[in-house]
Amino acid sequence: MNAVLLASPEVRGFGADPWWLVLGKAVVIFVFLVLMTLFTILAERRVVARMQHRIGPNRVGPFGLLQSLADGIKLALKEDIIPKAAHKAVFVLAPILSTAPAFMAFAVIPFGPEVSVFGERTHLQLTDLPVAVLYILAVASVGIYGIVLAGWSSGSTYPLLGSLRSTAQLISYEVAMGLSFVGVFLYAGSMSTSEIVAAQGDYWYAVLLFPSFAIYVISMVGETNRAPFDLAEAEGELVGGFHTEYSSLKFALFFLAEYVNMVTVSALATTLFLGGWRAPWPLSLWEGANQDWWPVLWFTAKVLLFLFVFIWLRGTLPRLRYDQFMKLGWKVLIPVAIGWLLMVATVRALNTEYDFDARQVLIYGGIAAAVLIGLTFVWDFVAARSRNAEPPEVTAEWDPMAGGHPVPPLPGQQRPQLTVAGTTAGSTTQTEDHP
Amino acid sequence: MDGFYGGYALVGLVLLVGVAFVTVAFTANRLLRVTVPGGDKALTYECGVDPVGEGWAQSHVRYYVFTYLYVIFAVDAIYLFPWATVFAAPGFGMTTLVEMFVFIGFLAVGLLYAWRKGVLTWQ
Repeated sequence: MNAVLLASPEVRGFGADPWWLVLGKAVVIFVFLVLMTLFTILAERRVVARMQHRIGPNRVGPFGLLQSLADGIKLALKEDIIPKAAHKAVFVLAPILSTAPAFMAFAVIPFGPEVSVFGERTHLQLTDLPVAVLYILAVASVGIYGIVLAGWSSGSTYPLLGSLRSTAQLISYEVAMGLSFVGVFLYAGSMSTSEIVAAQGDYWYAVLLFPSFAIYVISMVGETNRAPFDLAEAEGELVGGFHTEYSSLKFALFFLAEYVNMVTVSALATTLFLGGWRAPWPLSLWEGANQDWWPVLWFTAKVLLFLFVFIWLRGTLPRLRYDQFMKLGWKVLIPVAIGWLLMVATVRALNTEYDFDARQVLIYGGIAAAVLIGLTFVWDFVAARSRNAEPPEVTAEWDPMAGGHPVPPLPGQQRPQLTVAGTTAGSTTQTEDHP
Repeated sequence: MDGFYGGYALVGLVLLVGVAFVTVAFTANRLLRVTVPGGDKALTYECGVDPVGEGWAQSHVRYYVFTYLYVIFAVDAIYLFPWATVFAAPGFGMTTLVEMFVFIGFLAVGLLYAWRKGVLTWQ
């Protein structure tokens, strides 16, 4: 067995940088993420405004470019309130616990190939681990603690419910997310991000493993608590969710963590499924496209594409109901992910044992699986139609205080005619003299 | 910064930069923000009315069941990841595949059982 060789303790070519380069890369990661956050917030406000036929913020700086910076400074200057009912230490710790891991995940994301920086040959990636993707999952899970503890320590009902919802949501979708990675590992034969990118020279895994990609994209929206899966902050039900009691910089840190997480999952999607820093097809015909500093451009463009999809989804889709959301996670995504995983493994085993080209099988299988998933939605829709088509139960009497609280008449029930002295029933004049 | 722990040391470095970032932000915030304590500010927020009862409400047991299912599947993923990386290596092949089918089969039966028992129905 050469498993010892395969599971080598370190990834080749990393760990030889001088100290100034290492420190520089760490700082660049932070600057990149904070800048991405500032401009994503602005882009989100401008794009959503465009979708709603508004203009959006355009006053601060050219095209409103400094709007997010102004908002951030304003937030940091606000009074910091810790409610009496809060558990102080945990209340302060929670935003830190949710922000720091969000940045840490980016340590293993490859921005580009080997380049020359002031005469030093180095990878455009801070570090790489043999278990890099597992590490990202682990760090993302630590971020969940920030949300749970924020809700719990606030000592208030809405944040507690919001954080519980959020946790149930994150762990449900993390399962599907983890399963969607396995297909990539089966093909790349590694969990290291740089090797996964290197393995995508011929085919991007978004093409080869389309169902894995689709499952990942759905679960990444669930993982970041974004619309249409933003049930943790359903303002109609839970005020602000887990951060209701937070103010000033602590609130800003939660905001920062949410957007950094968006950038991180987008970067991970790019790395695992869209070829990482590799140039897209027509550009990849040009020799120099995958050399020097150009790949940073392709990488950033792909990440921005995902961020646009996040904003687009928010501008387009209404929020899911909680039961529909959990149903999608546990009854659609996880079974489909397991089934697809078994299929990929079988095809891959046949490929290595009997040496036949499995790519066609996977691509066609992927299309078939996508059609199947589509059909389940159609089936749900038809089932809902037929349920709605049934005539409503007609109860003779409408009880306005059924169950102890005021309720509207159900379908088939009649509202009794009201008669008020001096006016006819239902006329609007009776409310005129209301104080 | 090389060797087995080198990569992890760099991850630790990012954590250090993160802690420095948060410390600087909190210090700046402490120096710059206004502080006017008093009034009803420190009350729990309940949409404008006085808070009623304790904030630490009891939550429904259904959250617990989902957590339980998650632990099972997270452990499952931990077994799947290393399996997937060595899967294509010579000497593994079909036997490894069948073993993993059995393993996933057990888990799938567990999920199906929970499904049939109505655990996954959210009311």
